[in-house]
Amino acid sequence: MEKKVLLGNEAIARGAYEAGCHVATAYPGTPSTEILETIARDYRDIKSQWSPNEKVALEVAAGASVAGGRALAAMKHVGLNVAADPLFTFSYTGVNGGFVIINADDPSAWSSQNEQDNRHLARAAKVPMLEPSSPQECKDFTKLAFELSEQFDRPVIVRITTRIAHSQGIVEILPKDNVPVKPFVRNFQKYVMLPVHARPRHVFIEEQHKKLKDYSNMSSLNRIEWGGKKRGIITDSVAYQYVKEVCPDDSVLKIGMVWPMPDEKIREFAAGVEKLCVVEELDPFIEDYVKALGIPCTGKDIIPICFELTPEIVDQALNGKAHPGKYPKYDTSPIPPRPPALCKGCPHGFVFTVLGKLDLNVNGDIGCYTLAALPPYSAMHTQGCMGAGIGMHLGMEKAHGPEMARKSVAVIGDSTFIHSGITPLIDLVYNKGTGTVIILDNRGTAMTGHQEHPATGHTLMGEETHALDLEMLVKACGVKRVVVTDPKNMDEFERIVREEVAAPEPSVIISLRKCILMK
Amino acid sequence: MKNVIFAGVGGQGVILASKVLMEVAMNAGYDVKESEVHGMAQRGGSVDCNVRYGDRVYSPLIPKEEADFIVSLELLEVMRKLEYLAPDGKLIVNREKVDPAPVQTGAMQYPSDLEEWVGKNVKNAIFVDTDPILKEVGTRKALNIVMLGILSRDLEFTEAQWEAAIKSLVKEKFVEMNLKAFKMGRDYK
Repeated sequence: MEKKVLLGNEAIARGAYEAGCHVATAYPGTPSTEILETIARDYRDIKSQWSPNEKVALEVAAGASVAGGRALAAMKHVGLNVAADPLFTFSYTGVNGGFVIINADDPSAWSSQNEQDNRHLARAAKVPMLEPSSPQECKDFTKLAFELSEQFDRPVIVRITTRIAHSQGIVEILPKDNVPVKPFVRNFQKYVMLPVHARPRHVFIEEQHKKLKDYSNMSSLNRIEWGGKKRGIITDSVAYQYVKEVCPDDSVLKIGMVWPMPDEKIREFAAGVEKLCVVEELDPFIEDYVKALGIPCTGKDIIPICFELTPEIVDQALNGKAHPGKYPKYDTSPIPPRPPALCKGCPHGFVFTVLGKLDLNVNGDIGCYTLAALPPYSAMHTQGCMGAGIGMHLGMEKAHGPEMARKSVAVIGDSTFIHSGITPLIDLVYNKGTGTVIILDNRGTAMTGHQEHPATGHTLMGEETHALDLEMLVKACGVKRVVVTDPKNMDEFERIVREEVAAPEPSVIISLRKCILMK
Repeated sequence: MKNVIFAGVGGQGVILASKVLMEVAMNAGYDVKESEVHGMAQRGGSVDCNVRYGDRVYSPLIPKEEADFIVSLELLEVMRKLEYLAPDGKLIVNREKVDPAPVQTGAMQYPSDLEEWVGKNVKNAIFVDTDPILKEVGTRKALNIVMLGILSRDLEFTEAQWEAAIKSLVKEKFVEMNLKAFKMGRDYK
């Protein structure tokens, strides 16, 4: 059998291909981006696309599924927040063709604004969730997720973490299953979620949940590996690998399907060991569940709730073995760090030099430009999630009055503006805000690696397409003062910012200059 | 099991070096795992890859004190990883310095005694002048493969196995240059 070394994300792409997936969608976001990039590069018979945001990505995939195709939507953990609205209701409608959502959590927040644990979302949305612990399982579980989705009429989430997404390992390569697109069958009681339909669908998915629970108990996704009976460890995701490495003699219950949980298997395992311990990253999701079954166990009393685990952390917690490092510490002088920074010649550098000089309150957003909050610019004062800067800009003006808008701006990237900046701009105009929004248009989704978006004129699959005109869009939102300018001429840029911020009506400055790293 | 850490800064080719080692190990019949850093690292940060191979590999991360080799493509980057070195492990360090941003701005100094300190405190370390080699190869981009060639002298794989892996992972027009870089690293005195 052919074998290849693949990244977790590449293995998921391979799994989608082998499962005969027809449509794949995403909005880029570390650590999930390579899934769609791999599909678009290597598996061209899957129709793949970047959507403007994760909500749309999930809805396009849902449409493909309802129409009878196998569909995949991939996103980072905070992306699933954006897509939570369709997720919770497509959970009710169920599927026609298999519908798989890849969710990439980021413990340690390596490239994110928080380290939320999205296992909670599977439970809240009543959607089954699988958790691979290696690249081989990334491929196998993705394929299985399509099968389960069709078998149980549910969307299925595959949850990975940064350490799963960005680790490589050996994967067995199999041929593609040629799955035909099923016909679309109208069924408005299933696909139109009027209250009168949603109520019986809720009853239906609770019945399916019971069947999935039986499956979870029977399936080898949740696997007991008996070893010594003195201690048993329940674990999932990459934590399983650390447990196997540092506790080779203990019994292990490996959780590969984390929702619904396998109650009977947990009871059987707990009854077979003297002491029970749960090792999981982030929240006590499994631990709380085990305790709710009335089974005592240790968990977050010894395993940290914050940040990624490592083999050393697990070794220290379970075996009391410290790993201090055997060599003496170099202490003659400090080792200079390499903090992430804006590149030399970055267009954002010109913008934030000016904003810093004018000492404006800057409501920021998600992108390379968030680095302008750090020295040497120190010119960003709020930032939460994609699109938030414009709404916050308006909220500040509402709290303090129009004079606040005379000393503040909102900044947002081109891709981020399309993702979720348009509706707050409409709000700013509609609710009589007078603030200035600067769109940092560098002609791509720079932070995640220059992915295309609707204003670039190209698709993920490399086709030419209509290029969204940001200037026209902004005007259509009702903004009358719109200036397009190159920030490299900083004197001119400063003059424009002064003028627009002073104007007592909404304005948008499109700061247009291509990312220095783009060809 | 063998544990190798590749360290460097963004753009030096740390990930490709680890991919070649993984390919060689897999083709020799070993289980292989690796862990790497993406995202923010593209913006000038430190980059490192953990590669592990053996009969069965669980964790993709190498625990502290267990790295058999740390191959550092930049001088001070090795210091960030030193706590991972096994007591009998070996350092292979490129003497080249890439100034971190705080050094460029004058806020901090590039430590001047690193080589001397490592010589006193680490049993098994070699420092490499890659500059003349890279001049002869004709491109600085081959640094990662030169360092891999030096590492290869301490691993069990044959030259033919390494060459096959390089050929399978490098674009055709760069194969010859990389094979030369590998050979010069392997023959380094």
